[in-house]
Amino acid sequence: MISFKLTEEQEQIRKLARSFAEKEIIPIAAEYDEKEEIPWHIVEKAHALGLMNRTVPVEYGGQGLDHVTDAIVAEELAYGCLGISGALGANGLALAPILIAGTPEQKEKFLKPFCAKPQLAAFCLTEPNAGSDVASISTTAVRDGDYYVINGRKCFITNGGIASLYTVFATVDKSKGLKGITAFIVPGDTPGISMGRKEKKMGDRASHVAEVIFEDVRVPKENVLWSEGQGFKIAMMTLDRTRPIVGAAAVGVARRALEEAIKYSKQRVQFGKPICENQAIQFMLADMATKVETARLLVWYACWLLDQGLPVSKIGAMAKMYAADVAMSVTVDAVQIFGGYGYMRDYPVEKLMRDAKILQIYEGTNQIQRIVIARNLLA
Amino acid sequence: MKIVVLPKQTFDTEAKITLDAAGKINREGVNLIMNPYDEFAVEEALRLKEKHGGEVTVVSFGGPKVPDILRQALAMGADKAVHVGDEGLEEIDEHTTATILAKLLRDLEYDLILAGWRAIDDGSAQVAGRVAEILGLPMVNMVIKLDIAEGKAVASREIEGGYEVVEVPLPAVITAQKGLNEPRYPTMKGIMQAKKKPMQKLTIADLGLGGEEVAPKVRARRYYLPSPRSQGKIITGEPAEAAAELVRLLREEAKVV
Repeated sequence: MISFKLTEEQEQIRKLARSFAEKEIIPIAAEYDEKEEIPWHIVEKAHALGLMNRTVPVEYGGQGLDHVTDAIVAEELAYGCLGISGALGANGLALAPILIAGTPEQKEKFLKPFCAKPQLAAFCLTEPNAGSDVASISTTAVRDGDYYVINGRKCFITNGGIASLYTVFATVDKSKGLKGITAFIVPGDTPGISMGRKEKKMGDRASHVAEVIFEDVRVPKENVLWSEGQGFKIAMMTLDRTRPIVGAAAVGVARRALEEAIKYSKQRVQFGKPICENQAIQFMLADMATKVETARLLVWYACWLLDQGLPVSKIGAMAKMYAADVAMSVTVDAVQIFGGYGYMRDYPVEKLMRDAKILQIYEGTNQIQRIVIARNLLA
Repeated sequence: MKIVVLPKQTFDTEAKITLDAAGKINREGVNLIMNPYDEFAVEEALRLKEKHGGEVTVVSFGGPKVPDILRQALAMGADKAVHVGDEGLEEIDEHTTATILAKLLRDLEYDLILAGWRAIDDGSAQVAGRVAEILGLPMVNMVIKLDIAEGKAVASREIEGGYEVVEVPLPAVITAQKGLNEPRYPTMKGIMQAKKKPMQKLTIADLGLGGEEVAPKVRARRYYLPSPRSQGKIITGEPAEAAAELVRLLREEAKVV
C-alpha cells in the first residue's frame, strides 16, 4: 500500500521547520549571503528547537528522526536558504560515519557531548587531488604505538577549521589504494588541526567552507571507525545515506524558485496584463512545478528505502542527481521569468540560482551519481 | 496552579476568503491555524506554569481538524487537551460556543482561564466574556502583562491614551492582547512528546447538552466580499497643475473635500 499521507507528527515537524524558515531564516538570508558568514544565532536557535543532528538517535542527544521526516525538514530549511540549511545540516553528513560504523562506546563518547551543545561537525574526505577519485587520497595516518599520526590537507570542507568534531579519511598505506583508506573520529581541539584558506563561493555562501590542514595530529587508535582499510566502504555508505537529503534540499530550493516565480508573474504587468496570462510563462510554470513534484517523490522514495533498510544506492543517486538538476533548471527559469529584475540582487531568485549550482557538485557530482546509477543497472 | 486555555482554530491569516454557491464561507482547502491571539494565551499559561508549577489544559470546540491546534499546544508544553466536537450542529454562534465551553469547565478544576481577546476570523470577541459571565467569574480583557500572586491576578491593559493595572481574585478569565508575550515554537522534542499526552474527545451529548440550549441566538443572514479595489489614478503634469487636478478630483469625483 502506498501512502503519501504524513503522520500528525510529521505535519507538526514540517510546520515547525516551515515557520522557522519563514520567520528566522528568510529575513536574514540575503544579509548572510552577502557577508559570507554562518548566522550563529540561527545555529543556536535551531539547536535548541531540535532542528540539528536530526537523525542521531535520541539516546545520543539527537532527534531520532527517520529519513523521510529528515527530508521534510531539509526541504523546508533549504526553502529558506540553502547555505543556512547546509550550515545546520552539515552535521548530518559529518556524523553519519559514526552512526554507521561507530561502536556504542564511540557513540557515547563522541556523539553525546557533541549533540548536547550547538556545535558543528565536518566530514573530511575531499582533497585537492582527490575529489571524485577518492582512491587518490594522500592524507596519511601512520601508526605510532597506541596512536595514529595524521598529516595532510583536505579541501572544500564544510565547517572546516571551525568544527568541534571531524570525521577524517586518511590512508594507512597508499600502495593499497582504496583498501588503505581508514576513517577516524578526530575531536576539533586536537593539536595540529588548522584552517587553511576560507573559500569564496558563488552561492551557498552562508555556509562555511574551508581547507583543513592536519599537521602531526595524534589520534588514539580507539578513534578508528571499524578498522584499518574500511574507510572507503564507510564513506560510500555515508554518501548513500546522505544523498537523498541533498536531494531534499534541492527540492526546497526549487520550490522556493517556483513560488517566487508564480508570485512575481501575477504581479508583473506588461502589455496591459500580468505576465502570467501569457502561455509562454504558464508553460514554464507548469514544467517547473512538475519537476518539483517529481523530484520530491524520488527523494521521499529514496528516504523510505533508507528507513526500510533496503538497498538505496541507485535510487538515492537518482534522487540527488535529479533533484539537483531540477533545482538548477527551475532556478534558471525563475530568473528568466523575473527578467531583468531577476538578475538583480534586490530580488531573491538570482541567489537561488547561484545556490542551486552547488547541488549538482557536492556530495558526489551529478556525473558520479550517473556512474553509480549505471553501475547498479549493469551489475 | 491549574490553568485552562481556550484556543480556537481559525483560517490562516493569509487564507483567501471565497463564498460557495450557497453564499457561505468556503472552507475547502483552507489552511487552518491556531488563532494568533490564542497562541499568546497558551504561551502565557506555559510561562505561568514554569514559574508557579501546575498544569495547563487546552480546550477547544469545533470540527474534526481542531486536534491539530490542540496538539500544537501540547507540543508547546501544555499537559492535556479536550476537544468537544461540533457534530450535529448546523449553525452556531458565540452563545453556542460559550455554553458548551462553560459546561465543560464546570467539570474541570482551574485557577485561571486564558483565551485570546478575539479570533481573527469572526472577530466578535465574545466567547471568553460569555464564559466568564456563565461561570460568574471576574474577567480582564486585552491584557498585555500578567502577574499571579497570592490568589490574585494583577493585569495590565492598554486603555485609550495609557495603561491600566487591575487586580482580580482567582479564579478569573483573562484574555490576551498582542504584546503579552512572544509565543515559542514547539520543539522537536515537544512534538514527539505531544502524542503521548492525553487528548480527550467529547461530544455535545457527552456534556449533557443539546437542542435549544446550544441553538444559536444570532444568525448570519448574508456574507459578501468587499468590492475589488479599483486601480489607483496617477496624475501627470507640472506639480502646480497636478495639484489643482487632484483637488478637482477629490471635490468632484471622490466628493471628499
